[in-house]
This record gives sequence, structure tokens and C-alpha cells, in this order.
Amino acid sequence: MSRGISFQNVSRRFAHRGGTFLALDRFSVDVAEGEFVTLVGPSGCGKSTALNIAAGLIEPTGGAMIVDGRSVRGPGPERGVIFQQYALFPWLTVRQNVEFGLRIAGKSASQRRAIAQRFIDLVGLADFADSLPKVLSGGMKQRCAIARAYAVDPTILLMDEPFGALDALTRVQMQDQLLDTWSRERRTVMFVTHDVDEAVYLANRVIVMAARPGRLYEIIPVDLPYPRSEAMRLSSAFAEIRNRVWRAVYHQPARFLDGAAQDNEREMR
Amino acid sequence: MSEPAEAPSAQAMGRRWLRSRELALNVVAVCGGIALWGGVVALGKVGLPGPAQVLMRAIELIRSGQLLTDLLASLGRVTAGFALGVALAIPVGFLMGWYSTARGLIEPFVQFFRMIPPLAVIPLAIVTMGIGEAPKVFVIFLAAFLSCVIATFQGVVSVDKTLINAARVLGAGDGTIFRRVVIPASTPFILVGMRIGLGSAWATVVAAELIAAQSGLGFRMQQAELYYDLATIFVSLIAIGALGLTMDRLLLALETRLTQWQERM
Repeated sequence: MSRGISFQNVSRRFAHRGGTFLALDRFSVDVAEGEFVTLVGPSGCGKSTALNIAAGLIEPTGGAMIVDGRSVRGPGPERGVIFQQYALFPWLTVRQNVEFGLRIAGKSASQRRAIAQRFIDLVGLADFADSLPKVLSGGMKQRCAIARAYAVDPTILLMDEPFGALDALTRVQMQDQLLDTWSRERRTVMFVTHDVDEAVYLANRVIVMAARPGRLYEIIPVDLPYPRSEAMRLSSAFAEIRNRVWRAVYHQPARFLDGAAQDNEREMR
Repeated sequence: MSEPAEAPSAQAMGRRWLRSRELALNVVAVCGGIALWGGVVALGKVGLPGPAQVLMRAIELIRSGQLLTDLLASLGRVTAGFALGVALAIPVGFLMGWYSTARGLIEPFVQFFRMIPPLAVIPLAIVTMGIGEAPKVFVIFLAAFLSCVIATFQGVVSVDKTLINAARVLGAGDGTIFRRVVIPASTPFILVGMRIGLGSAWATVVAAELIAAQSGLGFRMQQAELYYDLATIFVSLIAIGALGLTMDRLLLALETRLTQWQERM
């Protein structure tokens, strides 16, 4: 295994009311270098847990988490993370936020300036480079967070419901901008969402997960070429894949839901 | 969430108008209060000095330099005690918020001593430190330290975990996270703690001077009491209030400046 993300039987158990709770059960998925995968599933399916394990913010309790051929030990700048709550440092301007990671990487002031400017331009925030986050709209904040993650040149981008807090219109615009950025600055992307449309529109492959315990349910390839467009979003081919993902997310067999729930209750005790 | 760049002018103008209206109301209230005071005294039912009498005494005390001497004595004690208290409270608060071991060791003392009014320590301080400046400064130090340490600790504990994670995924180690995330994120809490600390330091100095001092505004009131000199007591009280208010406004201005980045409603 060379570059990319590899979950190998990754499990994670959390302590819960005196017992334990299995958030992720033997999850195995390989994401190839440069691939864009989305993770969807009902709440409690462990999609965010999986992402946080890849980020190194949560340790797995079982299995192996391999990124770019190496076992993950804590977070690192080669894996950029975008959070739903933007997580911009409110006391820093857009430019200072984007330069934050570059400073840690030991870049000189002039290098920082040049790199930051390039990514601020890339996400279209040039006019707000010296503004504080408080004056930005939600979409602009998230674009700043994307620029910040891109600036440290990660090989992998991990995005945890990044557009979840945005209105529907902004959301569609952000999806197009993200794909545009991705096509120009190709990275391996793992994108968690609960929006089936978004999952299909962005991905090479949609990974559908099941809940209680969180686990892999089905992997659905999206055989649509990039760049994606509005016409494609409204096409019948898109609708077909979307329907398939929808059924996988919302109509998982009862056995899958009930049996698992019972197993889990036994564990909770 | 505020939309960027749109229509700030009209909003700002409205705000400015509201502020000047508020200021006008404040002035009216103060003048009304003084008039009421003068009216009540003029009726002759209470044995208090009126505004004119107090003003005359104030001018007298300013001319003789007495008021300035007293003011500086009180201010010197507050400044020394407050500076020492804050200087210790900030590192201790950070230590408590950052290391659970430090928290476990320090918190019981802080919580316990917080329940003792600093003034109650005066008898002990005088016996052990003599009657010089030391016991007064110490008591003020204690008052400022205890209010400020809790606020700093709270600030560190309530730093948004997502911001810490955001720094970690950008490659930040513990030292960087502390310097570049925890310190700025807890600044608003520390400044609120400093304001509370200054309030209690000021309250404590006056009380301490009433009990044991040879100078200061509290001492002056104590002396005036012996001679039934109500006008001097009034002047001292007004000076205490005005000075306390000035210091509080200065800290508030500092707070507004340092925490401009906060999203306000």
C-alpha cells in the first residue's frame, strides 16, 4: 500500500454510562491517491468517528489506520481537516488564519505571505484578506478554512460535514467551488455528509454506512465524469445513482437495524 | 451572523444616535440626583451637608493638597496590590486550567480562601506584618488574586476544543497551542476577572484604611468622623466612587480593544 487512506478493520469503542459503546466496528475501506470519496449514513453510523481516526484526533481501539503507507500517530499537517464549525481563530484575520500552519512549518515571512495570498485568491477571499472572521458570512468562513487547510500542502483533505451549517443555495455554490479547487489542486479527499445529493455530486465513490454499531454498509461508485455541472446534477444518470444511495441510506434491511441494535444493547450493559 | 459590508452606515448612525441619547439621559439623571440632594438638605430635616458645602470643602482640600495626598496613598496601595495579584493570578490560573494535577493541588485553597472576605485577614496581617504598608498591600493583593485566578482558570477550561483540534491538525504542538490558541482565547475571561479584581481591590483598600492607616481616603474619613466633619466624608466618598469608576472604564476600554475580534450581538 503506497499513498492514500487505508482503514484496516478499524474499530472504536467509547466508554458510555459505565459500559462501553461500539461507535465503529471493523471498518475497512481503501481510498486511492487523488480520489474523492464521500461518507454518508444515518446519525450514529460512525462516519465522523472514522474521519477523526484518519485525522489522528481519535485513536482506534482495534485495527490499523494507515495513511500514505504509514500508521497514523496523532494529527499531522499532511492531513488537512475542515470542521463543520469552521474553527477559524477569531482573533486572527483571514490572512493570519491561512498563515497559521505555515508559521508552524517554519516558513519565512515572505514565503508565508506568498503562499497565503495564492490560496486566499484561489478561494476568492482577496477582498477580505485583512478582515476578522466575525465580518465573514458562513460560506466565506468555510472558504477561509479550506484555504488554511490547503496552504500547508496536505496530501489528504478530511472534511467533516463542512457545508452542513450553510443554506441550500450557498451549499451548492460551495460544492462547485470545492470541486473547482480540487480539480486544480488535486488531493485525496474524504468528505463526511448527511446529504445524499451532496455525496453523489462530489464523489468518485460514495461510502454508505450503517448505524449501531457504525460499520460499512455499501460502496456505490459514481460513474460520472468531472468536471461536474448543473446539467449533470439534473440528469437521469445522476438521479439513478442518487436513488441507489438514498435507498442504501434510508432503507437498510430491518435485520441490519434491529439485530445490530440488540447486539449493541447487550454491549451497553 | 452579520452579513459583510452591507449597510453599515445607517446602522452605525442609528447606534451613534442611541448613544448620544443615552449620554444625555445620564447627564440629566446626575443633575437631577444632585438637585434632589440639595432639595432634601435645604428642607432642613436631615443633618447632612448640601452640594454647595461639599463643593467648597472639596476646593479647600484640593487647594491644601490634602485630597491629592490621600488619593495617591490609596491609589498606590491599590496599584501595588492589584498588580501583584494579577501578576500571580494569570500564571496560576493557566497552570490550573492546563494541568489537572495543578488544578487538583491548588483549587481547594483557592476555593476556600475565596470564601473568606479579605478584610477578615486584616487582624492577622497586622499582627504578622506590622502596621506599615505591607498588611494593606497584602490584603488587596489577596482580593485581586482570588477574583482574577478563577476567571483565568475558567477561561482556559472553556477554550473551544475545536480550535485546539484545528491547531493540532495544522501541526501545532502543546507549546504553540498554549501560546497561540489558549492565551488569546482566554483573554476575554482574564480581562473580566481583572475588572472584578480591581473592584474588590478598591473596596478592600478603603476598608483597610478605615481600620489601620495613617494616610489615604479611608483614613481621612476615619479622622473626619472624629470631628463630625461630614463634608470631608462626602468629598472622600465622591473621590472614591469617581476614581473607582475611572479605573473600571479604563479596563473596559482595554477589554474592548483587546477583544475586538469577538462576535457581539
